[in-house]
Amino acid sequence: MTAPTRWQDLRRFTQARVGLGRTGHAVPTAAHLDFQEAHARARDAVWSAFDGDRLAAECAGLGVPVLRVASLARDRREFLLRPDLGRRIAEADATRLAGEAASGRIVLVVADGLCAEGVQRHAPALLARLVPVIDVGAIVVAEQARVALGDAVGEALDAAAVVVLIGERPGLSATDSMGAYITWAPRRGRTDAERNCISNIRPAGLGFGDAAAKLLWLLGAARALGATGVALKDEMPAGILPTP
Amino acid sequence: MGYAHDIGGTRYRFGDLAALLARATPPRSGDTLAGVAAASAAERVAAQRALAELPLKTFLAEAVIPYEADEVTRLIQDRHDLGAFAPVAHLTVGGFRDWLLGEGADSAALAALRPGLTPEMVAAVSKIMRIADLVTVAAKCRVTTRFRNTIGLPGTLSIRLQPNHPTDDPRGVAASVLDGLLLGAGDAVIGVNPATDNVEAVMRLLEMLDMVRTRFAIPTQSCVLSHVTTTMLAMERGAPVDLVFQSVGGTEGANRSFGVSLALLKEAREAALALNRGTLGQDVMYFETGQGSALSAEAHHGVDQQTLEARAYAVAREFSPLLVNSVVGFIGPEYLFDGKQIIRAGIEDHFCGKLLGLPMGVDICYTNHAEADQDDMDTLLTLLGVAGVTYIMGVPGADDVMLAYQSTSFHDGLYARAVLGKTPAPEFAAWLDRMGIGRGEAIPPALSPALIGLG
Repeated sequence: MTAPTRWQDLRRFTQARVGLGRTGHAVPTAAHLDFQEAHARARDAVWSAFDGDRLAAECAGLGVPVLRVASLARDRREFLLRPDLGRRIAEADATRLAGEAASGRIVLVVADGLCAEGVQRHAPALLARLVPVIDVGAIVVAEQARVALGDAVGEALDAAAVVVLIGERPGLSATDSMGAYITWAPRRGRTDAERNCISNIRPAGLGFGDAAAKLLWLLGAARALGATGVALKDEMPAGILPTP
Repeated sequence: MGYAHDIGGTRYRFGDLAALLARATPPRSGDTLAGVAAASAAERVAAQRALAELPLKTFLAEAVIPYEADEVTRLIQDRHDLGAFAPVAHLTVGGFRDWLLGEGADSAALAALRPGLTPEMVAAVSKIMRIADLVTVAAKCRVTTRFRNTIGLPGTLSIRLQPNHPTDDPRGVAASVLDGLLLGAGDAVIGVNPATDNVEAVMRLLEMLDMVRTRFAIPTQSCVLSHVTTTMLAMERGAPVDLVFQSVGGTEGANRSFGVSLALLKEAREAALALNRGTLGQDVMYFETGQGSALSAEAHHGVDQQTLEARAYAVAREFSPLLVNSVVGFIGPEYLFDGKQIIRAGIEDHFCGKLLGLPMGVDICYTNHAEADQDDMDTLLTLLGVAGVTYIMGVPGADDVMLAYQSTSFHDGLYARAVLGKTPAPEFAAWLDRMGIGRGEAIPPALSPALIGLG
């Protein structure tokens, strides 16, 4: 590769919007509209509807019970304004879940979070890799849900650990990122410092095979330690990741 | 002690000073989330009228968070200068608004007043001021700071070059730095938010930024915005640290959630001063703040988020910072829901910071789950430019690919300087001229990418 001499050559070093050129003090029309398109896609992704029925149907063949739950946030606007409501489930739902107890097993929660799009598209592929290799008590599809809703669900189901697969806040470069939060001994009132997180799970980011391997490693380490969070450092050797 | 005001035959009561301030605050989602907002427009204006009648002296007698319970309250009260307060000591909050807008309150009078003002007084008066009032008064404030250049001179607008990269790749960061320099950004600081707080990674970035600065002989400063303890460790290990960065809040609890205390900040500043790297001055601290951080940390004590934000400025001014900015739209729609709320908050934050004597910049920004867009940011940028904002952010194409939010672009900085007739910091402006930057689309030979390892 020759040394960059033109401004736009800087683009080969970063995905940032460098080398856009200029017209007067503004960006040229094409670059301006590229940005507008990316923002429009991110906005639509935040407000994209979560099709819980479809997701539950796609999980039905995995051989574990698939349960449904919704947070106390009644709609998307309330979900954005009241993060506290997105973390809670109704008492009636907690009682209903308790009837399906998955004592001592792992519960996988699939939640829309700040962007349903990525979870809708990617969760089934990740679940298909996880369910055969860990002791899953139930899959719970959760709507208008934040990460901490997994604590209430895990507590109701008496789970050993909860893994929440959740839509991450979309940026301009990716609207389909999924995060995975692991909480050992989930119960209401756990803090974010008591979780471990894997982020940017998507085909163009951390692939499903790598994400499943990392989750498996973290769950094993959490079981050995009896805890997740700041006490559990991600010391998984880089070499053991399978090639995607 | 309680407060009350009648509107249309209804008596509105406010249990204490914190409740009065909260109910008087223009609407924003974070105060509703905290349960401290006015329940109606009438209650809000009743609170504003009661607040306008309140003597400023009240703020010296009644603390919104008890002195014994909070080291930020202790800092505010212990540092208060009664002599400096004297020119406004007889005024009510409403009278103080009139005084600030009057011709007697010129730049010199406002500068002399700073040690006599508490954050709560400044927050209170802002609540009964319109955007035009807040812009007018802020534009009269002069705050100048120095490290390797001079920031805040009248007629200047500086820009933090923010070359973030999702994996801290040094070449990716360097490419964004060069892009920003070619568009006139970087006089406030070249400041990277690292993707991890790992000390080795932070040191690699510090060394790379220092290499770029020295190769191109840029009269500016660099910063890697890691946690203060990471920066202290990097300094111990000999890394080239110009500025110490830290996020701060307006309560002891909020600062604890950030992992800092006043004592720790003092220790970090002393370590940076000992390096003696500034050439024109030794303002070595860089702070970020933002409305909602205390509520987010569950450390708000029932105080509204804008008053707490002003209290964070008391923390900042204790350490003579080179730069302070609010990250106004970054914290999310649960604190500032839409463009209207973000714009008002950005103008308030700049006003409060300037009146308290800070070199106040604003990260004019929003996340994708807020009801805001580039038009809102252009509006806030233009208003802040008129208000004399010290600096803004410069992000390639306004899109931060690491933090996944939108701020102002390098181009936006050019726009603001051009329409408002502003220039960069004088030393940096002279450097841009020497390098031949700003003349067409070719990269000047003096800024060859090969010089900084891009080839």
